[in-house]
Amino acid sequence: MNIYIKGGRVIDPANNVDKVTDLFIREDKIISLDKAPNGFQAELTIDANNCVVCPGLVDMRARLREPGLENKGTIESETLAAAHGGVTTLCTPPDTDPIIDTPAVVDLIRHRVAEVGKCKVITLGALTVGLQGSQLSEIDHLKKAGCVGVTNAYCYISSAGVMRRAMEYVASLDMTLYIHAEDKELSENGCVHEGEISTRLGLAGIPECAETIAVSRDLMLIEKTGVRAHFCQLSTEQAVKMVARAQHDGLPVTADVTAHQLHLTEMDIGYFNSLCHVSPPLRNHRDLDGLRDAVGRGVVSAICSDHQPHDVDAKLAPFAQTESGISSIETLLPLALRLVDEKGLSLSDIIAKLTCGPANILGINAGTLGVSSPADVCVFDPESYWNVTEETFYSHGKNSPFIGWELKGQVTHTILDGEVVFQLKN
Amino acid sequence: MPLLRGKTIANLFFEASTRTRTTFELAAKRLSADVLNISISTSAAVKGESLLDMLRNLEAMQCDMFVVRHSESGAAHFIATHVAPHVSVINAGDGCHAHPTQAMLDMFTIRRHKKDFSDLRVAIVGDIKHSRVARSQIHALTTLGVAEVRVIAPKTLIPRQVQSLGVHVFHKMEEGLRDVDVVIMLRLQNERMQGAYLPGYHEYFQLFGLTSEKLSLAKPDAIVMHPGPINRGVEIDSAVADGKQSVILEQVANGIAVRMAIMSMALGRTPDAAASTKRERLL
Repeated sequence: MNIYIKGGRVIDPANNVDKVTDLFIREDKIISLDKAPNGFQAELTIDANNCVVCPGLVDMRARLREPGLENKGTIESETLAAAHGGVTTLCTPPDTDPIIDTPAVVDLIRHRVAEVGKCKVITLGALTVGLQGSQLSEIDHLKKAGCVGVTNAYCYISSAGVMRRAMEYVASLDMTLYIHAEDKELSENGCVHEGEISTRLGLAGIPECAETIAVSRDLMLIEKTGVRAHFCQLSTEQAVKMVARAQHDGLPVTADVTAHQLHLTEMDIGYFNSLCHVSPPLRNHRDLDGLRDAVGRGVVSAICSDHQPHDVDAKLAPFAQTESGISSIETLLPLALRLVDEKGLSLSDIIAKLTCGPANILGINAGTLGVSSPADVCVFDPESYWNVTEETFYSHGKNSPFIGWELKGQVTHTILDGEVVFQLKN
Repeated sequence: MPLLRGKTIANLFFEASTRTRTTFELAAKRLSADVLNISISTSAAVKGESLLDMLRNLEAMQCDMFVVRHSESGAAHFIATHVAPHVSVINAGDGCHAHPTQAMLDMFTIRRHKKDFSDLRVAIVGDIKHSRVARSQIHALTTLGVAEVRVIAPKTLIPRQVQSLGVHVFHKMEEGLRDVDVVIMLRLQNERMQGAYLPGYHEYFQLFGLTSEKLSLAKPDAIVMHPGPINRGVEIDSAVADGKQSVILEQVANGIAVRMAIMSMALGRTPDAAASTKRERLL
């Protein structure tokens, strides 16, 4: 579709653009900034006065629950939720059922997305067969099927020997390894941060060292093997410091944090609020400040949602028996934007963490408004306040601790390959 | 005292318990309530009935009160937030979180011996990390404004940042017991000998078992308490458990009285209230 987005503040960190201007889309491509090309006829004009026009968001980690857990969410419902949140590309981890350890599952997801998807979906393949942590998957087959990287998701590879071989193999295929660093021996059966709250409530705690020891082991192995690696959802101040040092030393490592880790601490669990049951756990204020700092200094180059929709029953049990995770793709943008007010970061810096930052890590052509790039665009009103309620969620999962919060920044239009996939109703 | 005649109380025990269940049952019967004992491990839970479904069913059977014992922290709170408002829920122990009625009967026992709480130094010895009893006792003692609460245990059995609960931490009995008025010993679970919490019973008894010799460091009139059941020769020497400073059996007896009081108050049927409704009827 030919779309004329008129008079918005265009922020495109990939090309250092931040100015009030017009944007022109022809078919599925961005064709011009500032001036209408010759003979351009708009089929749709979007008045973006007082709004920000930025690349469609790239969410590094969001679970769609299909295949396997359709009672929690489907590709149709969750990609629609993504569009509502301004996300045009999301990356889904391999812990579906069946697990993404064969090209067949990658194809299944691709076909389903082509049928009903409201955003682009890319996949990470399973590093080991069945995520069991012993036998490597056929990683090159997964790569050829379209996986942009491999990960063992939440299943920690406890054997350093297996991890070393895995890294060597992944490095020789020139792929990126995505690591969820949590030493399960140290986290045992923990469900919250080991600290004041775990002590008060008598819940089993997960100490920081479950993360820092895993990160430090893997950094040593990264140095040895030369693999390109990405640490997912770091939760501790110490871990981001270690990554910063490794980056300073020239290791090929990147990291992301989840938006909720930048705003919630263990204290938000209060008296057994299971909506705050997440993995890695919400930590303390020092960690929260450390993560915010790392975002500001660029150690962390992506903020992701780690969207995990659940059915109602998943959160209806005594705390430790509830399933972890937050339905978060629709609050990703406003939560990230809060750092503009609370941490003094520029709007452009924050948008970079949601667009070109993750796109660069994933190695995909997205997160930019450059001429002739795909017409994936997010238009949002940065000053619009809205109340988060269950009804505002398009996702099947209403499991959000932010319900009841007032957030600032609301998506008005999401454009995917030149088609409007979401438009705010007035 | 037939304060609860016509009321139905369900004892929901998702975890084994002899003492607590028996005292709750006795307390309810002495108040003339109808008592339903449900041990869940043998009930529908194994057939996959969800906790909430089971509660809805019991609610439909017109129960007025649930007494809940569960192995998960927060279970009683979870149940209380989901049952109908007219149903009272009493926490009879949830995971490592709380055991409020035990703490209340302990406070009652202390008060009978010590009168004033404000001068007291109380030491709690043993597996603080996994103890719901210790957490509730600390909560009660600090609320009543005692001079000092001490916890004594090796680091493996002390939860992180326990100081935030308002206690002082000791790793040696000889230091922690000095001049205390009350010594509370905790039961050591067998599981703690696995998973590298402790090396063995023998060493534990030597370091943290309460003997007459160690007790002599406390004030001469110090009392010795234990929530039971006792592991003789593991956390406490028989000579101390049965000695004249021990109030352990008194705790059990007080348990019934305190639970009677809690149940009747929760259901709004205290002797005073009963008397006044009677008066109103007469008028």
